Order: sequence, then structure tokens, then C-alpha cells
Amino acid sequence: MANHSNHQSELGLLSAGLDALETQSSTDVTLFKRVLKHAGPILAILFFVGAWQIVFNLKLTPDYVLPSPGQVFTSLKNQYEQGILIPSAWNSLRRGFQGFIFAILIATPIGLLLGVNKNVRLVLKPIITGLQQLPSVAWVPAAIIWFGLSNATIYTVILLGAVPSIANGLSSGIDQIPTQLLKVGKVLGANRWQSIRFIILPASLPGFLGGLEQGWAFAWRSLMAAELIAVSPALGVGLGQLLDVGRQLGDMALVLGAIISIMFVGVLVERVFFSPIRERTLRVRGL
Amino acid sequence: MATANLAVDLSNLSKQFDKKSPVVLDGLSLTVNRGEFVCLLGASGCGKSTLLNILAELDLPTSGSVKVSEPPTLMFQDAALMPWLTAGENIELALRISGYEKSGRKKRAQELLELVHLPASFDKRPHELSGGMRQRVSIARALAQERGILLMDEPFAALDAITRDFLHEELLQIWKQTELTVIFVTHNVREAVRLGQRVLLMSSKPGRFLKEWSINLPEPRRIDAPEVANLASEITDHLRNEIKRHG
Repeated sequence: MANHSNHQSELGLLSAGLDALETQSSTDVTLFKRVLKHAGPILAILFFVGAWQIVFNLKLTPDYVLPSPGQVFTSLKNQYEQGILIPSAWNSLRRGFQGFIFAILIATPIGLLLGVNKNVRLVLKPIITGLQQLPSVAWVPAAIIWFGLSNATIYTVILLGAVPSIANGLSSGIDQIPTQLLKVGKVLGANRWQSIRFIILPASLPGFLGGLEQGWAFAWRSLMAAELIAVSPALGVGLGQLLDVGRQLGDMALVLGAIISIMFVGVLVERVFFSPIRERTLRVRGL
Repeated sequence: MATANLAVDLSNLSKQFDKKSPVVLDGLSLTVNRGEFVCLLGASGCGKSTLLNILAELDLPTSGSVKVSEPPTLMFQDAALMPWLTAGENIELALRISGYEKSGRKKRAQELLELVHLPASFDKRPHELSGGMRQRVSIARALAQERGILLMDEPFAALDAITRDFLHEELLQIWKQTELTVIFVTHNVREAVRLGQRVLLMSSKPGRFLKEWSINLPEPRRIDAPEVANLASEITDHLRNEIKRHG
């Protein structure tokens, strides 16, 4: 018995030594890389704005063709002070998110079905891919004829933009699951539902997140296209409508200001929402 | 003796994936007693993995009969841990699917990690562990299922010799502590002699059992012991003759 426990502690010691030797310590990201990640984009924007100012100062074109960065800023400031800019941005963002949530609810079961059932995929995949290829702005005229100038038009266009990307992202995430993990599921005795819940869905998360990110980009673009075309007092304000106001007034500073606001909201959502989730997901899996 | 003592009973088992493809397994008959440690040895193409898949009920035989006393669990060369779960959660998942009561899962998972000498790895992700440590978590996960029959498909083939030697010792220790039946597939002759109570040599294309050795060497065996080396070289000669036949 004493011999037995000696043997065990011998194994324990051997194990501890081996594990210590084989586990590598994680390497720190250099200070330079971290500064570059945060300060780099800001420097690039400053550089771009500086170049813009220089071109403006050369007076190659009249101000109404190319206003200065200052004029664009003033125009946005006016919109802000009149109480238009923030409600417009907020309205657009709210519509975008609501449409996006709907899109997730519709696309997830479709993507799951495409991913786990080969027959469904053979039948439906070309249609989904076709929808994904089609710029969803092409649906705006049809949606206006169906639903008039209403929120239904706007949500229809968002859904048609986002659903195919999200569904495709999930189904390709499922395709990329190593077969070994599915086999483990069977060996563990998982039934169909358990294998979807404990293996297929979590394993496909990186692909699904990619699909969500692309889906959001498509939703946001579709929304802007819809807002730009479907202008009506009933729909209230939005960044797309703001852009249309600038076009009607021939106010290039406002047009550029609206474009910058649309980009800004897009980047903000990516930075605040998607980027942290994506980084965490990949880090946890050692990818 | 009554069949109650048998863990595995194969009779005239054959496998052919479809009618035009070659026969993979040809008329295998084998009985394995409960608690036995059997090594299946063979070169590439002997259908070792196919046989384990059939035993694990992942695949069906074309003809013949397979009887197992209970559904076995299966381990692969790759630990195949879920990369989004920690080591402990991977074991908890196996417990959960096996219907282990929720309140005791965490404690049981930690006990199993201690059994494979990984007491401090509960919260580590698979990518933070070495290959050997991952394979030990995989052993712990298999034990969590409490299946009684453990099938191992070249589980240590991708590991370095030092780690493999340690895992041999650990596996034998676990086997002695439990009443596990182990069927261990390998193409490493010394590994088979080091571990098994019985070694079965398989032919390739089609897979058949060629010859069988009962190992009666003193315990604990070391992989570099002269007795192990002698028997291994005898088996290697048979294996080489079998391989030459295909040239």
C-alpha cells in the first residue's frame, strides 16, 4: 500500500514537472502595437482632414463643390443646435437596431436549417445567395409600392439586406465545425437537440458573429438607402433624410456632414458592439 | 463461462463501405473479458479505426454480429475538446449529457481532473494546455461517462516520447483503479507490449486478426525493459512480413 501511494506521488511529481515545461507563457503585446491600435486611426483621420484643408486652400473649385472641413463642421453644428442631428442619428440607429434584431430572429433558424440539413441547403442556398448578391436598395421601389411611405417599407428593406448575410454566416460557421467535435457529441451520447445546443451552436459562433457583423453593415446600408428614397413627414427624421435635405438645398457642407455622420455611427457600432464580442470569442478559443 | 463476463463479443464481423470498394474488415471474431486491456496492432489500412467506430456504434458492420455489454466510449488521437469550454467545463458537459445530477457536476469534474493529475487546470482553456495535458482532459472526459468500456484510437500517437511514457503509466494506473475494459489501437509495437495484457496483430487490406500474444511480463513494465524489447522485436518481425506481402 505504501508502495502504491509512493508510486502515485511519483506520477504526480512527474506530471507537475512535465506540465510546467510544456506550458508556454503568453507573450505580451508590445507597447508600440497597443499605441498604434488606438492612436493610429486618429492620426490617419487628422492626416486626411489636413490634406482636405490643403486642397480647399488651393481654391481649385468653388466652396459649394468642395467645402472646407470647418464649413462641414459648422453645418453639423447648426443641425445639432437646431435639434435635428441627434434625433436623426438616434432615429436611424433605433430603426437599424430594431430591424437588425428582427433579422437575427428570422435568419437564425434559417441558417441553422441550412447548416444541419444538406437537402434544405441544396434547395435554398442559391436563393439565399442570390438575395445576398442583390443590393437591397433594389427592393426600395417594390417596398414603396407594397407598403407606401411607411416604417414597413424601411423594415422590409433592412430585413432583405440583413437576413441572407446572417443566415449564410451561421450555415458556413456550421460547415466549418471540425467533424471530430460532432463525433465526440455522438460518443458522449448527445441526442439531436443536445448536439445542436451544446456543440453545433457554440462551435459555429465565430462564423455566426461574422455573419452578424456583415448583416449589420448590410442593414445599415439598406436603411440609409431606404431613408434617402422614402422621404415623408410620417417617417420622421433620420440620417438618410438629412442627406436628402442637403441634396435638395444643394448644400454640399450638409451632404458631406451627413455622410460623415453615417460613417461615424457605423464605425461606432462596430467598435462598441461587434469588435469586443469578436475579440473575446476568438481569444477564448485561442484563435 | 457465461457471457456475462464478456465486455465485447465479435463474431465473423465484416465491413465493406460499398459494393465496389475493397473489403475493409474480413471475418473478425474476438471476445474481450470485462476489465481486460487489449491492444490491437496493425499497419495503415488494417481497418483499426473502422473497427472502433463499429464498436462505438458510430458505424454498422456489413455482416456478422457485434455484442457489447454496454455502449463504449471512444478517444481519438486528437483530444477533440470543445475549444470554447474550459477543461473543467468539457468534463461537466460529458457529465451533463450522461444525466449526472447538476449539483455534483463541478465537484466530480474536479475529482476527475485530479485523477489525471491536473488538479489546477479546471479553468484552463484547451489552447492553454499542452498536447499531453489535453489528452489527459480527454481521458477524464471519457471516465466521466462511466461507460466501463474505453476504446482508444492511437490516443498518444501525436505526443513526444517523454509525455507518451508518462501517459502510459497514468493510463495503467487508472485502469488498475477502475474496472475499465480497454481496447487500445496503435501502430507502435512497443506501446502495445508495454500496455496490453493481450496484443492482437491485424493484417491490412483486408483487416483480419493474424496472431495473438498474451503478455505475461512483470509489472510495472518499462518501455525500455529487455523483456518488452524482446517480445516487441518478435512481433515486429510478424508485422514486417505482413507489410512485405503488399509490396
